[in-house]
Amino acid sequence: MKITQGQFSFLPDLTDEEIRAQVDYAISKGWALSVEWTDDPHPRNCYWNMWGIPMFEMRDGAAVLYEVNACRKEHAETYIKVNAFDNTRGVESMVMSFIVQRPSHEPGFGLQRTEEHGRTIRYTTHSYAATRPAGHRYS
Amino acid sequence: MLDGFSGRSTGEIAMNKPVDGRITDVKTRYKGGVLKYAQMGYWRPDYEPKETDVICVFRITPQEGVDAIEAAAAVAGESSTATWTVVWTDLLTAHESYQAKAYRVDVVPGTGEGTGKEPQYFAYIAYDIILFEEGSIANMTASLIGNVFSFKPLKAGRLEDIRIPVAYVKTFKGPPTGIIVERERLDKFGRPLLGATMKPKLGLSGKNYGRVVYEGLTGGLDFTKDDENINSQPFMHWRDRFLFCMEAVNRAQANTGEIKGHYLNVTAADMEEMYARAEFAKSLGSNIVMIDLIVGWTAIQSMSNWCRKNDMILHMHRAGHGTYTRQKNHGVSFRVMAKWLRLAGVDHLHTGTAVGKLEGDPMTVQGYYNVCRETYNHQDLSRGLFFDQDWCDLKKVMPVASGGIHVGQMHQLITLFGDDVVLQFGGGTIGHPSGIQAGAIANRVGLEAMVKARNEGKDIANEGPDILRAAAKWCKPLEVALETWKDVSFNYTSTDTPDFVTTPTAS
Repeated sequence: MKITQGQFSFLPDLTDEEIRAQVDYAISKGWALSVEWTDDPHPRNCYWNMWGIPMFEMRDGAAVLYEVNACRKEHAETYIKVNAFDNTRGVESMVMSFIVQRPSHEPGFGLQRTEEHGRTIRYTTHSYAATRPAGHRYS
Repeated sequence: MLDGFSGRSTGEIAMNKPVDGRITDVKTRYKGGVLKYAQMGYWRPDYEPKETDVICVFRITPQEGVDAIEAAAAVAGESSTATWTVVWTDLLTAHESYQAKAYRVDVVPGTGEGTGKEPQYFAYIAYDIILFEEGSIANMTASLIGNVFSFKPLKAGRLEDIRIPVAYVKTFKGPPTGIIVERERLDKFGRPLLGATMKPKLGLSGKNYGRVVYEGLTGGLDFTKDDENINSQPFMHWRDRFLFCMEAVNRAQANTGEIKGHYLNVTAADMEEMYARAEFAKSLGSNIVMIDLIVGWTAIQSMSNWCRKNDMILHMHRAGHGTYTRQKNHGVSFRVMAKWLRLAGVDHLHTGTAVGKLEGDPMTVQGYYNVCRETYNHQDLSRGLFFDQDWCDLKKVMPVASGGIHVGQMHQLITLFGDDVVLQFGGGTIGHPSGIQAGAIANRVGLEAMVKARNEGKDIANEGPDILRAAAKWCKPLEVALETWKDVSFNYTSTDTPDFVTTPTAS
């Protein structure tokens, strides 16, 4: 399976040049870029590991791409995403987020059902990869 | 002798020695009988609206022979404290505070003398904040649109726009979730959300209905939606629908690793039943419920409170709005409805598509979107916004574009509405010849390709069709979708377009 989180998961994987174009767009808007990685892509995992703090005041797209590649080198076989943050009053949140690396094999998620009263079922989404300890999930 | 305006005998007025303007002498003013509204003090051309006043602009069509200024004064009177005759009991009150004040009347461009159309006027009326109960849309609407629209001396009247003062805005809680928190909960940023209304609206069993939800969400939609008239009819009990839909949502979430939702319509006959349905939706883990506009203001505010307490997104389907928003000369403009709904507190609001099957002039529709999404609306007459409106950090409403749109219009939709919108392709997903999942894939690929191209600096308004064609080269479902709906467009003249003076004088 292919996890479809992020802005561009239905498109072919972005090349470095295409990533740079998106980064430049964010910079032109005055947004701060950041890089995050994880080996636990559960849909409710909202805290991926930060690859450094968001790059506030960074005007150089090449430097952002450099960080993406440094993160890839350090964390091969994980998910990596690029985010843009807008600190304008009334937004103060993420305004872009797209995946730039995936593990070569994505085992996906199972659905655990607990039957309850009436016809009710409680659902738990279970990541097959996350049954293994952190650091050994996609190797 | 009959007064041309009221149609009543003018004998009493003669007794009062009629004057054109406001009568300030208390003895004359409160002598029993009938006065003109202007004489009673509802026309105040010298009045400077206060920062704390509610200001309304009404489009009025006076009956033949009725003076425009007197008609405006009458609207002010009938939407505030006036009655048809003079009452001495006014003197027990600080009467002027309770009087709405018409302070400006403009001829609507393109009407009146020399145009062949009967004259219409924009009447500006200011209301003191003491007239309104804090945090109550029911109270505000009871005044502003309570009696006045049935008032005989007017052929027609329409509330075009409203400025709500900061002091009053602050008494409303607004959307329970808002655009920002909704996106954080869904973990979806930087692109419009994608939805679909389940079709056929009526007749599917719970299991069949859930199948459509499952296919749409697994294919790539973020949301699916109950239609406005899906409640709990003989063919599908509401509990069945909720159970099957939540199975579909959770399965789709596991298939994609992405958060999904289905707007469970909890509209019901009474509040007790709406709460019961909403509680069940919550117990099943739904992240969103929906209600229809026809439930009324009080029920909307109650459901908004419930959603705020239960971490729930509230989707508002504007079912019924066309009965009062569509005709240009009579009713309430949707921009006013949108303002009231933002105050009342909904998270999603159907606001039109401009290019789809339902009414909407593009600029006018953009005006509604701005009301939902901006922290401060600047006066923008070309989009129908008559006033600056400070929302004082009230959360933003996510507009929903739904009704007869398809992926071939993706570039137009994103150009018109940007990222903060739910694009709902119902028929445009479910009607895909290769199946519902294929329909969802086509829409999602079209959407992502267009956002990516826009961010890369492409002129999507013009290059949009080429961008879609390029993506269709590697995405068969998109190719089929573009071919299926290539000639579908709904080009009818809008009934509701802004009439505005390009260089307005300061009010």
